[in-house]
This record gives sequence, C-alpha cells and structure tokens, in this order.
Amino acid sequence: MFYREAGHFHDRYREDMAIFPIREDRIGIRVLLAIAFVAVPLLHVAGVPPFAGDYLFSAVLVPLLILSVAGIGLNLLVGYCGQISLGAGAFMGVGAYAAYDVSVHLPGMPLIATFLLAGAASAVIGLVFGMPSLRIKGLYLAVATLAAQFFLDWAFLRVGWITNYSPSGSVTAPALAVAGWQVDTPVERYLLVLAIAALVALGASNLVRGNLGRQWMAIRDMDIAAEIIGIRPVQAKLTAFAVSSFILGLAGALWAFVNLRSWEPYAFSIDRSFQLLFLVIIGGLGSIIGCFLGAAFIWLLPLAVEGVPRWLSIPISADAASNLTLGVFGALILLTLIFEPHGLARIWAVAKHKLRRWPFPY
Amino acid sequence: MKTHMVKLGALLAAVALALPAVAHSEENGQFIPVLSYRTGPFAPNGIPWANGIVDYFELINQRDGGINGVKIIYEECETGYATDRGVECYERLKNKGPTGAAFVNPLSTGITFALTEKAPVDKIPLITAGFGRSESKDGSVFTWNFPLIGTYWTAADVAVQHIAKELGGPDKLKGRKIILLYHDSPFGKEPILVLEALAKKYGFQLTLIPVANPGVEQKSQWLQIRQLRPDYVVMWGWGVMNPTAIQEAANVNFPREKMIGFWFAGAEPDVIPAGTQAIGYKALMLQHGAGRARVHDDLDKYVYGRGLGKSNPTDSSGVLFNRGMVGAMLGVEGIRTAMAKFGNKPLTGEEVRWGIEHLTLDEERLKELGFDGMISPIKITCSDHEGTHTSRVQQWDGKQWKVISDWYTADETLLKPMLKDAAGRYAKEKGITPRDCGKES
Repeated sequence: MFYREAGHFHDRYREDMAIFPIREDRIGIRVLLAIAFVAVPLLHVAGVPPFAGDYLFSAVLVPLLILSVAGIGLNLLVGYCGQISLGAGAFMGVGAYAAYDVSVHLPGMPLIATFLLAGAASAVIGLVFGMPSLRIKGLYLAVATLAAQFFLDWAFLRVGWITNYSPSGSVTAPALAVAGWQVDTPVERYLLVLAIAALVALGASNLVRGNLGRQWMAIRDMDIAAEIIGIRPVQAKLTAFAVSSFILGLAGALWAFVNLRSWEPYAFSIDRSFQLLFLVIIGGLGSIIGCFLGAAFIWLLPLAVEGVPRWLSIPISADAASNLTLGVFGALILLTLIFEPHGLARIWAVAKHKLRRWPFPY
Repeated sequence: MKTHMVKLGALLAAVALALPAVAHSEENGQFIPVLSYRTGPFAPNGIPWANGIVDYFELINQRDGGINGVKIIYEECETGYATDRGVECYERLKNKGPTGAAFVNPLSTGITFALTEKAPVDKIPLITAGFGRSESKDGSVFTWNFPLIGTYWTAADVAVQHIAKELGGPDKLKGRKIILLYHDSPFGKEPILVLEALAKKYGFQLTLIPVANPGVEQKSQWLQIRQLRPDYVVMWGWGVMNPTAIQEAANVNFPREKMIGFWFAGAEPDVIPAGTQAIGYKALMLQHGAGRARVHDDLDKYVYGRGLGKSNPTDSSGVLFNRGMVGAMLGVEGIRTAMAKFGNKPLTGEEVRWGIEHLTLDEERLKELGFDGMISPIKITCSDHEGTHTSRVQQWDGKQWKVISDWYTADETLLKPMLKDAAGRYAKEKGITPRDCGKES
C-alpha cells in the first residue's frame, strides 16, 4: 500500500549497501527508536497506564531487552555461523560474575568499562570452549558446549574466589552509576538497557553484513566450500565464538546488575541456555530482528496467557493459570515451528514482502 | 483460509473491546500478595504451604470480617520457585490494592535474596518465617527483612545440640564424623558457617556434600557417605531431594535414625514417597509440627464448612499447611499491631513494617488465636527480627510425625558474634549505616 519502493532508485553503492536500503524501513526504525527512547519515558512521566507504574519497566521491558541482547549473541553463533551451542546460559553467567568481580576487586571502575570487561572475560572463555568446534560439528559440538555449561556451573558454585567467598554463594550487584548518572529508577534502568541493546543490534547487523559475517555464513552453509574459496575456518569459527560470547557476557552482566540485582548460579543454569536456544529458533535463525521477536514471544507470551483470564475477570486459580500457560506456550511453539519453521522473523519478512507487492502479493 | 483469518481477527477485536469493559473495580481492604509455587519440581511442598496461607486469610475474612474489620484482599502469583518469575510476581503485585502490598512472603530463599535488594526501595517488609538469609535477623541492618520464628543458623545449632544429646553430651562430639548433605544453592549453603564453627568448638569432623538441583541424582553422594561411615547425616534439602535421600540412605543401609533433616526436610511430602524406608527418620521442627490446634476447628467451621478452602480439610493439619498458616498469622498479627498505632484502615508497607517490628505474641495471645502449642511465644525487636530461637526434633514412625525432644534454644553466645560479623559485612558492602536500635521506639 504505502509500503512500496517504486521510484526509489539507488544510484550509489553506499545507498545500496545501507543497513536499511528502503526508505520506509529507515523511517520506521527511527519512529520505533523515538517511541522507545522518548515517548515511553514521557508516557511514564505523564502517568498514562500501563506506562505509569514500575511493573512494565522492571518486569517486562528490561528483561525483554536483555534477553534480546543475549539472543543476538547466541544467534551470531548458531544462526550465522551454524555452530550449535548449549552453553549460552553459562557464558551469560561468566559475564555476570566477571562484572561482579570487577566491581569488587577494582572498585571505582566505570560501569560501562565493567560491562565491557565482563564481555571480554566471557569472550576469552568462549574462545577456549570454541576450540573443539575446529574438530567437531553438529550434535557433537552441542555436547561439547554442554560440557562448558556444566563446567562453568560447577565453577560458579565451587570456586570461592568467583563469588568473593560469599558463604551462601549468592552475590549482589553494586549501585549502578554511569558517568555520574545514578541509574536507580526502573525507567532509568530501562533507558540504560535500551541504549545498550540498540548499540548491540546496530553493531551486530553491521558485523553480519561485513566481511566477518559473510565468512560465518559461508562456513554455516558449507564449510568445505568456504575453505576452498579461501575462508579460514579456524579464524571464522573462533571469531564467531568470541563475538557471540562477548555479547552473551554483556547480556549476563546486564541480567545480573540491572534485572536481578542479587543472584545465585541457578540464574544461569542449563534452563537459561535452552531458553535462549528456543528464543533464537522461534525468532528466526540468522536474523537480528528475530532475536527481538523471539524474546518477545518467550517473555511476553506466558505473561499474556496468564493475564488474559485476569483481565477478563475469569476466576482461575494461580496453579491452573500456570499449567495453562505451559500448555498454550508449548502448543504455540509447536504451531510456530510447523507453520513457519524459519521463525517469526520469516513471518515478518513475508508480511513485508506482501505489503511491498500490494495489491497483488504473491 | 481467508474467512478463518477474518473470524480470528473479529475474535481478537472483540476481546480487545471487552477488556476495558470488564476492568475490575478496586475493593477496599488490605492487600497481601501470595507468591506461591503449585507447579514445577517443588510443587508437592509448595501446594500445602500456599494452601495454609490462603486458607488462613480466608478464615480471617470469614470469621472476623478481616483484620479489625479491614478485609484482606489477596492474590496468588505462581513463581515456579524460579527467582526471575518471583521477581516478576513481586513487581506485578507490589502496588495493588488501595495501599500496596502489606508484606511479601516469598516462600523461597532465592527469591528472598533478590527481593532483599528491592524491598527497602519499595518500602515493603519481607516475612521469611523459617527461611531466607540468616543474618537478616539483625534488624538494625536489614530493616525490611523478618526471618521470624527461626533462621537456618538457629536450625544448624539445634541440630548439633540434638546430636550431642543423643550421644550423651557435647563432650562426646569430639572425633565424631558428621556429614552435611545440602541442596547446592544459597538455601543449602546457609548453615555451613555455623556448622563449621561448631565443628571447631566441639572437635567433630564435618564433611560437606552438595547435591545438585533439584536433587533426584544422589547415587555418588551416598556412595561417598557409605565410604566415610559418618555418625550422623544432617540434611539441608527441599522438595524432591528429601525422599530421594531417604531412599538412597536405605539403599546403602545407612540407618535413618542417624539422619536429621532440618525443618524444610521434615514434612509429609518428604517422607511419604519413601514409604517404609523413611521410618525412623528425624527432622527439626520450625516451632510447629503436624497436627491440629484450636485454629483448625475454626478453619473447618468457617472455611471448609462454607466450601471456601483451597486445601482438602483432611490435609489441613500437615506440617507445611501449618507452616503456611503460621506465616500468614504472623503477618496478620503484624498488621494488627500496626493498626493499634495507625488506625483500623488499610496500611502501607511502611506502617506494617513498624507493626511487625513491634509484634509480641505471649502464651495468652497465642491461645486466643488458637495457635497454642504450635509456636513458642515471640517478641520482635529492632535488633532481633527472629523473635524466638527455639526448635524441637520430630521423628517419622511411618504414619505420622512424633515429637521426640524438648525445646532446644540456640546458643546465642556463638551465633551473635557471627551474626554481627555477617550483617556488618553486608552493611559495608551496600553502604548501609545500621540503625541505632536503642533509639527506636
């Protein structure tokens, strides 16, 4: 309808290679960012429900954005480079504990630097556990990353230094401050996470369009062919592990510092790894926007399923609602995968495609 | 296909339009959120616990028309024992009702740790009767935490006292081997500090053996226990870990009489699945045990008699049901104490916090409430958010729990300095200036 690019001609390579070559997309993303950065906080200040209280920010938007960031991290590895990983939760954990240790042992370190160091620590660990990918593939690699998950879980529980010898093994995050800005209220936390998520999404989408991303995708599609055309598998796979772990570590530090504030190793258990893997599969492998859609599916759908009977004032006990949630959630995962195995990102792409060819979509 | 889409769209539109129409009208009353878990691996324990809480609130509403006439409005939220879900529940419910949440009882040590950071900001007291962080007993640092009627440290000390008594005196502990079999989480690690201090004091050998969550896999742990041949196994388990441990103990022929669970390993769901193998197994009591008190008659009359209960009336005297009821009662009495100062109206979390901090229940008051014999008298003060430091030991005879000991009182000379130390460390880490309890009124 209005979404057509007839008459848009790119007469420079720069325009053709832009992240958003279609003007409507550029406008759309700007509007979206303006809503997220400006309108949402303003609506909160104005006290318009549901933006009024803390709930939307601390229980919905902040976890949603952090999961999206983690999804991007995992998607770079699984979706773009084709290396299956079951250790995503543990790499988030590395980030969380590294950030904690930096804040404990190096007090006065700026928050952003802490987060970057957390990502770097996770990247190093990711590199180490990425080594087996040079020799093994597919399911075998999945098992090797599972070993990473178990080893790291063990380390968080057993190595006292990591938790600064906390007797119970539970640690708490320090107060958050970015260059004198005390990030106290849920809205401020939301803005911090939003800014980081936007930067990560921008960085990741540039990365996958560039040389490195193309190397990853070549390895994913056929590693022997990629090697023959001159791509070094060692370099490609290890960079994918490092970059993916870096972003996962960053997300882990955010999850711990901004969302939970106090956590135990269980927060980064194998369940988290599965959650992230489902997230990228449902959202769409090899898609950045898919990470956001997948995170929304994973995080919002249970809340919605649980919330619908409440909004409709249908009396339903908490346990029945919880079981209903599990059932509906499972069914929707199955249906999504049956009807669109390429995930929500693909549905989005098809919708876009149809709109562009309106009124005669095919 | 197309008509389907149209129908679906129409349905969605109808739902969307109906939403504002049925927006619930807010009732006047005291709102209390109930964070519970009726699903997941810990559901067998979570269900009776949650039932005890909501049935007691219903009793107060039905019998007394609320707390001093102020109706209790409660809403359950399913946490699944997961910290992130629990935090979501807390955020969802903290501002409900006319005055927000009166108090939160998270029923999970993991969620308690997370909410300890949030409660002071939102000004909502946390009641963690029998669980949570032990050092939060120090109210001068942990203003908003109330680990009422028992902390894990009290439990650890009492467990060793009982072992000493069975052996014939504390001096007999020297050279003995005691194993702590614990759930590998903050909850399971809480007693370690105290047990280590006690091991040093009495000269027994303490071995720590962790069990990974949720605790269904314990083969290697029990092989290790068989090799070590300990005199006692103290067990810090929750949920499915407990019956599994009892069965594994039977498999390696470790006498169940030498196993002492703490109070979250001492309820019916912990022993019944293990069948006859559980006979002889001992556990600490969080004040109360199973069985009926006068309050149960009221429950039968006002709640189950009117068909309003969550629980099955026959299950309403189990250990965990009673635990839920005691926790709910303590919260309700905290609110009642606060009402004496602030008036009979829905109170804010801040006012309720004052009430809980000044809560005193003597024998007479417990009798009035119908809880006599279930808990010992308690007195909460600014410096002591626990209120009582006593516990007993019970034993499973295959059909029911039998109380086999007198009241033990935890050794404050040992625990107090450790408490000061741990609370001081937390205060320093978080930059909290402890309140001066001498000046609090």
